[in-house]
Amino acid sequence: MSVELTGAEITVRCLQEEGVNYIFGYPGGAVLFIYDELFKQDKVKHILVRHEQAALHAADGYARSSHKVGVALVTSGPGVTNAVTGIATAYMDSIPLVIISGQVPTAAIGQDAFQEVDTVGITRPCVKHNFLVKDVTELASTMKKAFYIASTGRPGPVLVDIPKDVTQQKMVFSYPSNVSMRSYNPVVEGNSQQIKKAAQLILSAKRPMIYTGGGVILDNASEALTELVRLLNFPCTNTLMGLGGYPATDKRFVGMLGMHGTYEANMAMQYCDVLIAVGARFDDRVIGNPKHFYSEERKIIHIDIDPSSISKRVKVDIPIVGSVSEVLNELIKLIKASKEETDAHALKEWWKQIDLWRERDCLRYDRTSAVIKPQMVVEKLYAVTKGDAFITSDVGQHQMWAAQFYQFDKPRRWINSGGLGTMGFGLPSAMGVQFANPNGTVACITGEASIQMCIQELSTCKQYQLPLKIINLNNRYMGMVRQWQEFFHGNRYSESYMDALPDFVKLAESYGHVGMKIEKPEDVEGALKEAFKLKKRLVFMDFITDQTENVFPMVPGGKGLSEMILV
Amino acid sequence: MRHIISLLMENEAGALSRVAGLFSARGYNIESLSVAPTEDPTLSRMTLVTIGSDEVIEQITKQLNKLIEVVKVVDLSEGDHIERELMLVKVRATGDDREEMKRLADIFRGNIIDVTDKSYTIELTGTSSKLDAFLEAIERNMILETIRTGASGLGRGERILKV
Ligand SMILES: Cc1ncc(C[n+]2csc(CCOP(=O)(O)OP(=O)(O)O)c2C)c(N)n1
Repeated sequence: MSVELTGAEITVRCLQEEGVNYIFGYPGGAVLFIYDELFKQDKVKHILVRHEQAALHAADGYARSSHKVGVALVTSGPGVTNAVTGIATAYMDSIPLVIISGQVPTAAIGQDAFQEVDTVGITRPCVKHNFLVKDVTELASTMKKAFYIASTGRPGPVLVDIPKDVTQQKMVFSYPSNVSMRSYNPVVEGNSQQIKKAAQLILSAKRPMIYTGGGVILDNASEALTELVRLLNFPCTNTLMGLGGYPATDKRFVGMLGMHGTYEANMAMQYCDVLIAVGARFDDRVIGNPKHFYSEERKIIHIDIDPSSISKRVKVDIPIVGSVSEVLNELIKLIKASKEETDAHALKEWWKQIDLWRERDCLRYDRTSAVIKPQMVVEKLYAVTKGDAFITSDVGQHQMWAAQFYQFDKPRRWINSGGLGTMGFGLPSAMGVQFANPNGTVACITGEASIQMCIQELSTCKQYQLPLKIINLNNRYMGMVRQWQEFFHGNRYSESYMDALPDFVKLAESYGHVGMKIEKPEDVEGALKEAFKLKKRLVFMDFITDQTENVFPMVPGGKGLSEMILV
Repeated sequence: MRHIISLLMENEAGALSRVAGLFSARGYNIESLSVAPTEDPTLSRMTLVTIGSDEVIEQITKQLNKLIEVVKVVDLSEGDHIERELMLVKVRATGDDREEMKRLADIFRGNIIDVTDKSYTIELTGTSSKLDAFLEAIERNMILETIRTGASGLGRGERILKV
């Protein structure tokens, strides 16, 4: 006779079956039985964070840097509401997560019970899907579906809400070996006719441009992308989410595009005649105002797994729905087999034009400054880590400088909240990255405002001995807010000054870490070297940077890509 | 343009709120919405009437398809289709108006399904515009109350929405 397991045991068994190594969470009444089962086994390691938002960001960083599903566990009520920011962050960037939340017992649902919230209702708009498990008989199949939905098609977070009594109910456990859902069958292969048409258009291009986003990273398509770009010798740009999709040190890479993209990338986007968009969604921070972006002449090919991303903001000529890696590989085959060739003469002229734009040197800054320039810190960080670190970031100017000045040659190395722009993401996501890459070098580039949003996680880092390097670009301002106020609000710095800052060195030390304060440009490199030598310690590096530095280029909101403010 | 979108979805708690939530979150119009289980009790069929440009309608159908519980979506108005809505109207019916109301109901092929000495309740089915026309034909102050089900519809002939 088979043994019956409780819902709590089943939950943990499902995680084991899915090969989950780490879950990030925080206990509470509704999940006590699940915690009890976690206690009794050691296959699934639980990482105790200090705030549920951080549990989500850590699971998220784990997923982004490893191509595995990230898992978080939170209790009902405030556990869930604290987690919502992290769930929405993952949703906006299409990150595969499974979130297990406790719920009050089924009989108490709807009674305004202690720590009851309508979790399914609250999270509905920011998850790919969610479930309320009303009976233990549905638990294993629901968990299976959750992992399947989270990781296939356009990935995203899936939440499973489990009432406390369900974790006590018993049944015989069997984990389904596969899932089939009549209502969910994501397309993988692209339409071959469309791919043929695309190949023809690509070969006829005179001023081509390849624009790629997070989809390339999520679908592990960087190798295919790199092969295609090199085969064609076309210029390539990556979005903020797509950095690392194409090697940044290759000469065909023209930098990031968008609101703080390079002059050459934005100009090439605007003036190309054939645009190949891959796993990207033409969002407002990338193309600015779609009306200004529109061009009669330009033909657009758009490859994406999500049909609803196609022709949402910009009408395209050749839509291809499918897995971007599959479609890119098909394109490579067709182009290699084709008798036609690219127009070498036109391409040469186009590269000449791009090189002229490059000469504008749009990322230049004052290298002789007597105060530390934030850009210089990122450049030195790149040099000291030999371009081989995992970099997470928070949100603000420092995020843009990190994206502009750290050259990512590999995918899954640049971890940031692009879609939701969540301050507080940097430190906890770095924890997740370190768990996924125990031997990797992990640095978090942050600002003195952002870091304070999840600063409590320094305690988690101590508990698990995570040797993160925190690069705090401390300009005593919510710099990005200050920059907008300078440009668009008549220098009225309303509430953007960061007063009453803590002594970050002492703060780090009080958590048991190493703190450093760096105030002079000539000390930057040495300090970084010293910090990265401390392989077993978390080092909090407080760089006192230029208070008034701005991020350039900048496309002001509502403007077109070629209407940049330049340095 | 007005579109009638028909969809099959899993008959599960919460599926309806996902559709309604999608429309409010993305700022799409809902003119009417009607939903009930089909002959297969695991499936519900919903008819949604919405107004939008071609681009908006394209997004609406794509976004609906993206919902995990939605099995199939068609825009009925893309081809030949049949549309019906049911309306119940309670009207004042006293004195001369009684005859007049009866005549009007007949013209629109309505049935009087409840009678008191002061009122009639008229049942009317047809396209939504026919129901509108009926309401316009009656003086406003004669109408005591109305209820409409919202449109539902099917494709004509061989156009079939089934799993
Ligand atoms: C949770 C959250 N609240 C508010 C904002 C709006 N916001 C964007 S950037 C920024 C300032 C960030 O300042 P800091 O972390 O010091 O970075 P800096 O821009 O100075 O590099 C703010 C407040 C946000 N992105 N996230």
